[in-house]
Amino acid sequence: MYAWLFGKLPGPFWVRLLISALLVVLVILVLMEYVFPWASQYSPWAESTIGLVQ
Amino acid sequence: MGSASTSCRRLPRRRGRLAALAGGLGEVAITLGVVLLLFVAWQLWWTNIDADRTQAELAHRTIQHFPGADARTEGNAVTALKASERDRERFGTPPPASLHGAQTFGMLYVPRFGEDYGRPISEGVGSDVLDHLGIGHYPRTQLPGEAGNFAVAAHRQTHGQVFWNIDKLVEGDFLYVQTREGYYTYRYRDTEVVDPSASSVLLPVPHQPGRRASTSLLTMTSCDPPFTTRMRIVAYAELESWRPPSAGPPAPIAETVTRVSGAG
Repeated sequence: MYAWLFGKLPGPFWVRLLISALLVVLVILVLMEYVFPWASQYSPWAESTIGLVQ
Repeated sequence: MGSASTSCRRLPRRRGRLAALAGGLGEVAITLGVVLLLFVAWQLWWTNIDADRTQAELAHRTIQHFPGADARTEGNAVTALKASERDRERFGTPPPASLHGAQTFGMLYVPRFGEDYGRPISEGVGSDVLDHLGIGHYPRTQLPGEAGNFAVAAHRQTHGQVFWNIDKLVEGDFLYVQTREGYYTYRYRDTEVVDPSASSVLLPVPHQPGRRASTSLLTMTSCDPPFTTRMRIVAYAELESWRPPSAGPPAPIAETVTRVSGAG
């Protein structure tokens, strides 16, 4: 999968490496800003209140 | 790692389809594992940095809007107990606090939790409050100075781990709540660990439905044991005394208030 993606990127090796690094950073940012906050509602550490909270 | 194209050339030209599929699946599994690790790192580490920043800013803004923000505390350093007794003689019965329509209406200072421990208190215990603003007040419970139970919740870990040290309180520790009405001094009494459904700890007199309260309690709830949601830890403190805003913060937290408000 990753080898195939790397092969699809344009430019010489170093450019591809740079693009890959940027892509990884982008994916992590999207995860931290959007995906993880959404997923945290299902996390086992989310609750600290008592009883039925409305 | 090296260049994928060169290393691939050394392999037999055509890998079996099955091998390619297995390789792909392996990569997906590794990716999922890394994402899960990232999620744990995000929760245990990044949410704290994020929440600490938000809450420090919120604390600063909240204190600025309180009356007597620049009042200086007179008198030399005495023990927290002496200071509280003096305040009770000097200022009498604490008046009830009110929200004044603000979401963030108070601050909690707990010297036992650290010299710089000052966290904002906001109305509501939904994740919108607890995940970002810090301490949340259970809406149907009383407010400081009212007879009954001023009950609050906060995260034990993640999102600023506001009540991380809730199990470190020692009998006789002093806790301070600041609102527009002034500074309320509470004295830690005891702790219990209860089932998450035990909402009777939020009653005006905990565990005693229908009983009319004669004292003012501060009740703090959080998760227990840490990193689980199996039980709830509940710490109780009793209201001892009060100081008007113009008298300045109680001596034991005077420096903390100055630092948290960003004025010093």
